[in-house]
Amino acid sequence: MLSITDRDRGTPAAHSDNRVTIEVDGNAVEVPEGTSVMRAASEAGIDIPKLCATESLNAFGSCRLCLVEIEGKRGYPASCHTPATDGMKVRTQSERLHKLRRNVMELYISDHPLDCLTCPANGNCELEDMAGVVGLREVRYGYEGKNHLDSQKDDSNPYFSFDPSKCIVCSRCVRACDEVQGTLALTVQGRGFDSVISASQNQPFMDSECVSCGACVQACPTATLMEKSVIELGQPQRTVTTTCAYCGVGCSFKAEVKGDQVVRMVPNLDGRANEGHSCVKGRFAYGYTTHPDRITTPMIRESIHAPWREVSWDAAIEYAAREFRRIQDTYGQDAVGGVTSSRCTNEETFIVQKLVRAAFGNNNVDTCARVCHSPTGYGLKNTLGESAGTQAFESVEKADVIVVIGANPTEGHPVFASRMKRRLREGARLIIVDPRQIELVRTPHIEADHHLQLRPGSNVALINALAHVVVTEGLVDQDYVDQRCERESFEEWKEFISRPENSPEATASITGVSADEVRAAARLYATANNAAIYYGLGVTEHSQGSTMVIGIANLAMATGNLGREGVGVNPLRGQNNVQGSCDMGSFPHELAGYRHVSGAATRELFQTAWGVPIQPEPGFRIPNMFEAALDGEFKGMFIQGEDFAQSDPNTKHVTAALEAMECIVIQDLFLNETAKYAHVFFPGSSFLEKDGTFTNAERRISRVRKIREPLSGKSEWEAVQELAQAMGYDMHYDHPSEIMAEIARLTPTFTGVTYEKLDELGSIQWPCNERAPEGTPTMHVGEFVRGKGHFMLTGYVPTEERSTSRFPLLMTTGRVLTQYNVGAQTRRTGNTAWHAEDLLEIHPHDASERGIGDGDHVGVTSRVGDTVLRAQVTERVQPGVVYTTFHFPHTGANVITTEHSDWATNCPEYKVTAVQVTKVNEPSEWQRRHREFSEQQRKLLEERRAAARRASG
Amino acid sequence: MKIERLVAMANDIGKYFASRSDNEAVIEGIADHMTKFWDPRMRRQIIAHVSETGGEGLNAHVADAVRRLALPP
Repeated sequence: MLSITDRDRGTPAAHSDNRVTIEVDGNAVEVPEGTSVMRAASEAGIDIPKLCATESLNAFGSCRLCLVEIEGKRGYPASCHTPATDGMKVRTQSERLHKLRRNVMELYISDHPLDCLTCPANGNCELEDMAGVVGLREVRYGYEGKNHLDSQKDDSNPYFSFDPSKCIVCSRCVRACDEVQGTLALTVQGRGFDSVISASQNQPFMDSECVSCGACVQACPTATLMEKSVIELGQPQRTVTTTCAYCGVGCSFKAEVKGDQVVRMVPNLDGRANEGHSCVKGRFAYGYTTHPDRITTPMIRESIHAPWREVSWDAAIEYAAREFRRIQDTYGQDAVGGVTSSRCTNEETFIVQKLVRAAFGNNNVDTCARVCHSPTGYGLKNTLGESAGTQAFESVEKADVIVVIGANPTEGHPVFASRMKRRLREGARLIIVDPRQIELVRTPHIEADHHLQLRPGSNVALINALAHVVVTEGLVDQDYVDQRCERESFEEWKEFISRPENSPEATASITGVSADEVRAAARLYATANNAAIYYGLGVTEHSQGSTMVIGIANLAMATGNLGREGVGVNPLRGQNNVQGSCDMGSFPHELAGYRHVSGAATRELFQTAWGVPIQPEPGFRIPNMFEAALDGEFKGMFIQGEDFAQSDPNTKHVTAALEAMECIVIQDLFLNETAKYAHVFFPGSSFLEKDGTFTNAERRISRVRKIREPLSGKSEWEAVQELAQAMGYDMHYDHPSEIMAEIARLTPTFTGVTYEKLDELGSIQWPCNERAPEGTPTMHVGEFVRGKGHFMLTGYVPTEERSTSRFPLLMTTGRVLTQYNVGAQTRRTGNTAWHAEDLLEIHPHDASERGIGDGDHVGVTSRVGDTVLRAQVTERVQPGVVYTTFHFPHTGANVITTEHSDWATNCPEYKVTAVQVTKVNEPSEWQRRHREFSEQQRKLLEERRAAARRASG
Repeated sequence: MKIERLVAMANDIGKYFASRSDNEAVIEGIADHMTKFWDPRMRRQIIAHVSETGGEGLNAHVADAVRRLALPP
């Protein structure tokens, strides 16, 4: 069911410059050409009865409830299917229509349970509403005949139930799965009276191809497909529009609430990023927000081997401030730093970097984008002039050729993947560059034209080969380049890329992709009217991550695929606020708006606003902080919403660095892996407990709105502000909107952003300023942000992480649909029903050589560490390549990954680790020690209240 | 910080700029990158390494670039 506040207009909006005027029950209404009579009537304030129609789906015309009379037309056409034409006169009510509709409803109700009072849809049921609208008072057929009332309920899905006894076979669920989600997991099985909704081959939902996005639940007009939370809690009372805290798509939701309890999350039809769609995480996996593991009281301890002690907020803040000051007095001003999180709001990240620069007095601030999209920032800033994706998501609807590089949208960015799949089903061509057989390579109604299944670590050789074909086969858009790009840098790049070593034939031995396939893909991309590139961490998390981003930008510029809808270079950001945390000045070398700290004018702006000097030199990056900690030069850290000990490469190196510090203050929801090494714990608040903004992968700033008060009694920004004050810096805000006002004053791309404007427009894509008061969906229109596009050279440099006889396989990493990064949130939800452990994908050939069967425990060893997990034998990976995820701490995927990193940004090379895989029977040594350490830390946590009592005497 | 790590990082930067055919552009590119992105403590350490060892472990262009690095007063 739609949100309780949504008004369903029955059919999708039409988009046309031509307008037509029709008359509905005597009311004139003007609508775009192509609008259905049903929608036009709705625009005129008249709701025509309906059951099989809903505005997120194309008209179907099966229920026969929306019949109308049209002057000059015979019969009773279905208004959902009938386009409004100029001058049309429509009657929605007449005696004949009334009878027809009532007869239809009578048939429906004759095979429907009459348990409305105890039905979970009571209060929000379209069938019940329609029975009322048509005035159904009796069912002349009785209820004794053949019916479906004894059909068995399917409760296999953790989040929704399927009760076929309540089904009216309107096909809305089937069409939602087809049209909205694009999984095609549902069908109508049987004919006539025997027609029933079936998941895959009449299987329970959990065993079917269903991805649990919930589109079917949302589309269902009865209680057939119903959220279990609604069954348990009843109907919600109010809605609060907010933004999902999972991936970088940044879906808008209406949180439907009873008191301060979330009853269900319904994707917002007006949300520009998702347009009413969602995935299993955003819609259902919010249970972590009230999980008993949450820590809601501040804690301190003198050593990581001492019990935690619950203390008041004041005591925790005072302790942290005193420790940071002691460290600075002892080891120097630069011996402390801080880290912001892409899981937190713009306002929260902004004041953490302000805490570091203004209260700590140095530039030792970094963000978790260091380990994901920092190469995007470097590559796009230097070539195009702005560290951000170029398009709105809806731009994909105008793409003729789509290139997906090192991204797995159906798992990592599922709601955007649905939009992309819709365009592919319409006929857009598809090129995939990925070592794995991701779902998009071949999925219902979609098959990639080219899957360039390259070897891990050979991205740059491949992008060079594609560009080589473009240049040497005369496929450069020379007019575009002449007009939009630097002549000198283009000529230098052209000479470089034309060299024989960059040809597909020369690079085939590096990439493993045939020259013919590369040439065909390059031609397809370069000759499209509109060709768009979407990429993910398979591009950035390499030793040449920045070079690859540059290579992508070069290719797009050379073919004229930037600066309009349907084209572009689009980084798919991993977390909800990667773009925002970068925008907010979280990197050690730049202030908000990507301005280098060495710029005197920029520094002066911030110094005036903040009343303190800003250091003119860059500070430490995260890996620098760890190195310096191990050398005894870096001793204290404020960490907001980040879990290095699980997420960062070479875990043993990271934990040794954490252990070497004297004061780690962590602000988080849970005692995560990093918090086990902390001395002060500031309890964080979930996205349901805060006001603020997130900025998604398309630069869209959206509001996060508070549904309930923070469980800890204090918002993150308040705790950070009070820490700054305790350290002697006068930071004062009364509400996050005041932080945004400061961001807007100091950041040219945010000048026009206010909470009021966000309320008015729903969301805003930056830049939003005098030149673009309502934001900028497409960047680089007319000219690049930097002026002329800058080509940069992209020489292929092989990674030093190579397969050898000792480590003959290359391991690469990724994530799955139902889990999210370190899993701190999703592991504490019903999503574990799908993915309860990390698995190692291995090709049957490699498995057979090692005597490994599906499900066997295998040891994975790299030159820095080893771990044990279970094998999944699959042809999704090519021979010589293995793949795993990093959602579970005890798996220790990052015990294996190495310190190799991107040359420009130090983004770790997660995607290439040389390993050996062997069949084993017991956990690794690291896993044994990790288990012991975790058990010790659990006990130290359990003692927190007793320790507090002891301390207070 | 361990000098071996700084040397490896500097050489990684050098390998990127090595595609440029103009030596001056290579050296300038490396020096500019290290100035923009390296904490002065790291620059100070690698400058000392070059002055003490002549640039042991560093590629020639990288060593030249390090000789151009400036430090804050």
